Amino acid sequence: MSAPESQTSEAPVVKRPGMWPIYRSVVGIGLLCGFAIVVAFEATKPIIQRNQLAFREQAIKSVLSGAETTKAFRAKDGGGFEAAAADAQGGDLVFAGYDANGKLVGLALEASGMGYQDIVRMLYGYSFEKQAILGIKVLESRETPGLGDRIETDPQFLKNFGTLDVSVTPDGSEVAHPIEFVKSGEKTSDWQVDGISGATITSRATANMLRASSEKWIPLVRSRKEDFESK
Amino acid sequence: MTDQTNNPTAADEFLKGIWQQNPVFVQALGMCPVLAVTNSAKGALGMGLATAFVLVMSNIAVSSLRRFIPRQARIVTFILIIATFVTVVDYLIQAISLELHRMLGAFISLIVVNCLILGRAEAFASKNGIVRSALDGLGMGLGFAMALLCLGVVRELIGAGSVFGVSLLGDRFQTWVVMGLPPGGFFALAGWLLFFNWRAEARARKAAEAEEATS
Repeated sequence: MSAPESQTSEAPVVKRPGMWPIYRSVVGIGLLCGFAIVVAFEATKPIIQRNQLAFREQAIKSVLSGAETTKAFRAKDGGGFEAAAADAQGGDLVFAGYDANGKLVGLALEASGMGYQDIVRMLYGYSFEKQAILGIKVLESRETPGLGDRIETDPQFLKNFGTLDVSVTPDGSEVAHPIEFVKSGEKTSDWQVDGISGATITSRATANMLRASSEKWIPLVRSRKEDFESK
Repeated sequence: MTDQTNNPTAADEFLKGIWQQNPVFVQALGMCPVLAVTNSAKGALGMGLATAFVLVMSNIAVSSLRRFIPRQARIVTFILIIATFVTVVDYLIQAISLELHRMLGAFISLIVVNCLILGRAEAFASKNGIVRSALDGLGMGLGFAMALLCLGVVRELIGAGSVFGVSLLGDRFQTWVVMGLPPGGFFALAGWLLFFNWRAEARARKAAEAEEATS
């Protein structure tokens, strides 16, 4: 109560009596609201983190059929890979999936690139045994519903994966046949991605981001397969 | 209870938002989420319930603080209160379902600018008691959610052949992709508005006929 009275002498504002209730209500409600937001944030934070990890775990298992447990790895500076914390975040992570006997099923890697509307992020499964991309799972996409989002649902398009060839050259330094995009129905080789007519841009973007990511990661992870096998 | 129509009962406060003064079909408020997130039934229902939650909570908060808020500062404090509950609902949705959060995206934050919520705070909650304000918010919120669901079901059914992700029309149905795109929102909204206006007109005509018959 003393604060506004001490100011009356120097501030020649006409509506003096009206000011204090305004300050009081705006600042008071602002503090209350700030407190409410902090409480909500703190209360939901562990649940949200758990949800995000569960979502990631599910995504990894969906691109590596047969995987029962998963583990996160991070590329070391001097080459090779080291185990990362289960709740580690970041784009440079590689996830390994193991079957019920603890045998390595494959790796889940991240690819991202510009789609039709915005950046599309996806996870794809890589099998050492088949030297192929097993499946994709879109993590983030704002593609047109009914058109671009068919990369997640179109059965013909999803048939590309499972046998999509990313085998490396004999010396293991690069992918022998970089992934290529072809128009719907023109696929002739295992390293080609058959597009979706009506969703050409998004399906081509998918092929491009898979090519970029596989050229970067596959030779690296292939040369260090033992890093993932030692559980 | 009361014999005067200008003294509505608590049930009236609740029901008026659902039907007579439905925020979407009668008052045409909050059109941004109505058109933007109703391309699937699930997104529409999630958005509708999130908005209803914010509306109820902000109505309760505004009503309980109404004697404390001077007239000059009412808009800024109302927005502050609404923004707080929108932030809370954003966290809640992330905690409930990340998939839903991904689907609604930026439109959760945009609940702040839904004129329905500020409108009810200003026109109703700042002048009425807490219970009535809560009922008003609940009725309006459920009316809004119902309207969004009406649009979402129609758009998903025609645009993708399914409702809540359950395929209903089979593989032979050629989906109308346009219903999932922004123009589809306008088409579906126009269809429902047509239906509601036709109903209202039919009822008015019937009432007029009944009056004529009695006189």
